[in-house]
Amino acid sequence: MALINPKKREVQVKIVYYGPGRGGKTTNLEYINRKFKKRILNEMVTVKTYGDRTLFFDFLPFDMGEIKGHSIKIQLYTVPGQVKYNATRRLVLRGVDGIVFVADSMDLRREMNIRSLQNLKENLESFNKNINNIPLVMQYNKRDLSEEGIPILPIETLQKDMNSQLNAPYFQASAITGENVTATMKKIIALTVSSLRKKLE
Amino acid sequence: MDFTIDFTKEQIEAIENVLEEELIELGVQSVILMDLAGNVIVNLDSGGTSHDVFSLAALAAGNYGAVSAMANIIGEQEFSLLFHKGEEESIHFSKVVDDLLLLTIFNKNVSLGFLRLKVAEAIKRIQLLV
Ligand SMILES: Nc1nc2c(ncn2[C@@H]2O[C@H](COP(=O)(O)OP(=O)(O)OP(=O)(O)O)[C@@H](O)[C@H]2O)c(=O)[nH]1
Ligand SMILES: [Mg+2]
Repeated sequence: MALINPKKREVQVKIVYYGPGRGGKTTNLEYINRKFKKRILNEMVTVKTYGDRTLFFDFLPFDMGEIKGHSIKIQLYTVPGQVKYNATRRLVLRGVDGIVFVADSMDLRREMNIRSLQNLKENLESFNKNINNIPLVMQYNKRDLSEEGIPILPIETLQKDMNSQLNAPYFQASAITGENVTATMKKIIALTVSSLRKKLE
Repeated sequence: MDFTIDFTKEQIEAIENVLEEELIELGVQSVILMDLAGNVIVNLDSGGTSHDVFSLAALAAGNYGAVSAMANIIGEQEFSLLFHKGEEESIHFSKVVDDLLLLTIFNKNVSLGFLRLKVAEAIKRIQLLV
């Protein structure tokens, strides 16, 4: 649950980008960081290994203005997607308020998407959270690859694999070109903040 | 289970007083009371410095979690002293209650021994407030 500071009238909201390794989570945050430079007061923090894979997390704080007299601070995080980093993924999920699942549209990654979603469910359960009760947005990333002749999964397949039970809002995106990156972020913020509104009354 | 405890305005003010009396007056640069999700609950500083507290808290939560997991692997509940020493500035971490962490940033004018004593004192007082 988000942290509400009644003295400063400030709310901190934690949104986590989850998904398989190399799916484009870090690239989403890098795009947001460039595009919204003016509203981002601090540098993006990344804990990477060589070769650009996320080792621990990326962190991007983001000011969203006011709701009901409270200033809203959005904290965007990514997890490391590689299978072996599950312990750190779980640490990053602590206290999560909303999740963007970044699925990789490449044909080859079909199995990895499914496994990563399963892993998310299990990790949430270890905190007694249920994926059905948490604001969630699906992002089918790397749609641009089809233009380069790289085989990608049709949306229907992705929807069936990832979203048939969850029925979350979804976007076709390209974190590289920025297509629907902002839309994804706005959607998850809207969902998360509206579940919070009641608390601020 | 949620990790964040909600605080009232009065609680926050009482905690600020404790931190001011025990630590800021001792000469530490800044203190951050945070939860393990990386949220900043209270942040005080002595002026002069402006650290990026939100990033610090995010990294500290991860770091603390990682070190606790290391402790568990070797059969310890936790490590009681978490301390990073720099040339000029150092960082000291301490658990307050299960999900709360106190982070203190101080320079070489403050001795570690004395700081630990004062942190322990502050924590005892905060435990009565949360
Ligand atoms: N063509 C294309 N490439 C992308 C897109 N998004 C990310 N990539 C590339 O995919 C690779 C992995 O992207 P990252 O953002 O580092 O992936 P990640 O999900 O953070 O990976 P981990 O940190 O290992 O979990 C990089 O080479 C990106 O440039 C996209 O939309 N289209
Ligand atoms: Mg990454």
